[in-house]
Amino acid sequence: MKNAFFGLLALLITFTLTNCKKTEEEVKGLGDVVIEMDNHAGDEILEFGKSYVTAGGDTVKFTTFNYFVSNFILTKDDGTQYLVPKDSCYFLCQHDDVDSREIVLHNIPAGDYKSVQFIIGVDSLKSVSPVGDRKGVLDPTGAAAGMYWSWNSGYIFVKVEGTSPQAPVDAGTGERTLEYHTGLFGGKDSPTLNNLKTVKITSTSESARVRDGHTGDEAPVFHLYVDILEMFTTPNSFRVADVPTSHAGPFSQKVAENYADMFTLDHVHNHQ
Amino acid sequence: MQPDFYKVTGISKGLILGVLSVLLLFSCKKDEPSYEVFLPSNFPAPAYDLSQNPVTTAGFELGRKLFYDPIMSRDSTIACADCHISFSAFSHPQHATSHGIDGLFGRRNALPVQNLIWQTSYFWDGGVGQLDLIPLNAITNPVEMDESPAHVVAKLNRHRQYPALFREAFPGGDSVTGPHMLQALAQFMSMLVSANSRYDHYVRHEAGGDMSQQELAGLQVFQQKCATCHATDLFTDQTYRNNGILDNFTLDRGRNEVSSLPEDIGKFRVPSLRNVALTGSYMHNGKFKTLEAVLDHYASGVKDSPTLDPLLKQNGQLGIPLTAEEKQSILAFLQTLTDQDFVNDERFQK
Repeated sequence: MKNAFFGLLALLITFTLTNCKKTEEEVKGLGDVVIEMDNHAGDEILEFGKSYVTAGGDTVKFTTFNYFVSNFILTKDDGTQYLVPKDSCYFLCQHDDVDSREIVLHNIPAGDYKSVQFIIGVDSLKSVSPVGDRKGVLDPTGAAAGMYWSWNSGYIFVKVEGTSPQAPVDAGTGERTLEYHTGLFGGKDSPTLNNLKTVKITSTSESARVRDGHTGDEAPVFHLYVDILEMFTTPNSFRVADVPTSHAGPFSQKVAENYADMFTLDHVHNHQ
Repeated sequence: MQPDFYKVTGISKGLILGVLSVLLLFSCKKDEPSYEVFLPSNFPAPAYDLSQNPVTTAGFELGRKLFYDPIMSRDSTIACADCHISFSAFSHPQHATSHGIDGLFGRRNALPVQNLIWQTSYFWDGGVGQLDLIPLNAITNPVEMDESPAHVVAKLNRHRQYPALFREAFPGGDSVTGPHMLQALAQFMSMLVSANSRYDHYVRHEAGGDMSQQELAGLQVFQQKCATCHATDLFTDQTYRNNGILDNFTLDRGRNEVSSLPEDIGKFRVPSLRNVALTGSYMHNGKFKTLEAVLDHYASGVKDSPTLDPLLKQNGQLGIPLTAEEKQSILAFLQTLTDQDFVNDERFQK
């Protein structure tokens, strides 16, 4: 009787173990995850030159919408996190460059991921790094030239430009321009404002199923909506007549608080 | 009698030694230029990581060529060296503020370019936190060079000499790039170390370090009354302070323009005092032409405002009490911070 019991137990354990192994095997390996930044103005897909109305009632047209996103962290359904390595976690999304808005994270350990986290902007460490460590989109003499303040050396995290009939006439250009350039990472050895914002997007339904070798069209997609009009509202709604421009001044803090919630999840798309 | 006799001999010995070492330096230079960064024993460890951009002969010489070349500016009229002149420790002597492109004037006094690898941030407001990125500020400033880095790179790529010089300095690259341009300039700037003043020889107990009674008295007053801010042998604590130069900062808010923090209005970098006798005008706006005027300011000219440094308003009294004798001795001491080796170093000249 005793022997039979242990025999059965051994069999059960072996069975369970084999079973577990099988599940583990299924999610081994590396695949890609795509984060698609789908720029919107309210409910509409963003188009440059088209008129939109802000929450405050201002009519606005846009000519520039660029933003840095960096330091991606993916969280599996079981809560374990994967930090995308530092050397491949900086992206510059430009509205007029569709490819730049399809972020591909490579070599992600296979698994089911329910959330993606990132920073809007470029972290402080990278912001004070030597020029040799600023490759690709971070090169202040190249790709990042228009997203970099040389006099207050740091990156512009979010750059929005456009026009509005409610904005005052710019003395320099003679046009009713809007210009919101937001940066400031907190300073190197003396503090400055810190406008870095962390975004965490969690799917309450489908998770992104990363599988070994699934890259390109086979990779799962976090499809995000990025609403440019959020920059004008919640929690600090403002009128463009009052604030037609904002750069490295104190108001930048309010602009950053506003755009911190411009990223929302539309859906997760799995191709298999 | 004997002590005097010894003193004279000491000085003569020092002189002979000094002349000999200068001769030796010159002879070495002819055969084999030394491009090792001088790390003086009375300085702390450098803040800049030299290992990530090591100074090479080709890199340094390319950086020097760029530093003296007006190609860096929009209309090829302004070079770095126009406002940072070697004989004045790479500052702009007798200019309160400097004239840049199209004859336009900036708001601030050009700072000397020296000992930058020990500095943690740059410019009067500390707006730049990396030595490599310093030139971008001058290149893009509309009243300095008014140029885009990408356009400078394009011009360098079209130049007869630069592409080959860049290939030599940065093997593996096939054309001029912006980061390499900045790294070459950084190599040149890394080498600009000033630490061979008479004061340095004195503190390092080297030949040529004789100080007079008045200079030593000046050093003592300096340590009591100035060295909290002008600290260490770098002669700066690398902070930003309102030194009472003005009581209204609407024209130039200083550090506040970078930080956006209200407590930083009117605060500017505590500058180093190395080669200070050569670097007038003084203060962020170049308000004072002479060091006498600077000391008079601290003694009796400090203006009060909400962000005035508390050290300049102790016990309700504005400024730093200084007697006429103390001022004279401080002035004598400040002269000992002049480094003739540095300002006459041919390696750093055009």
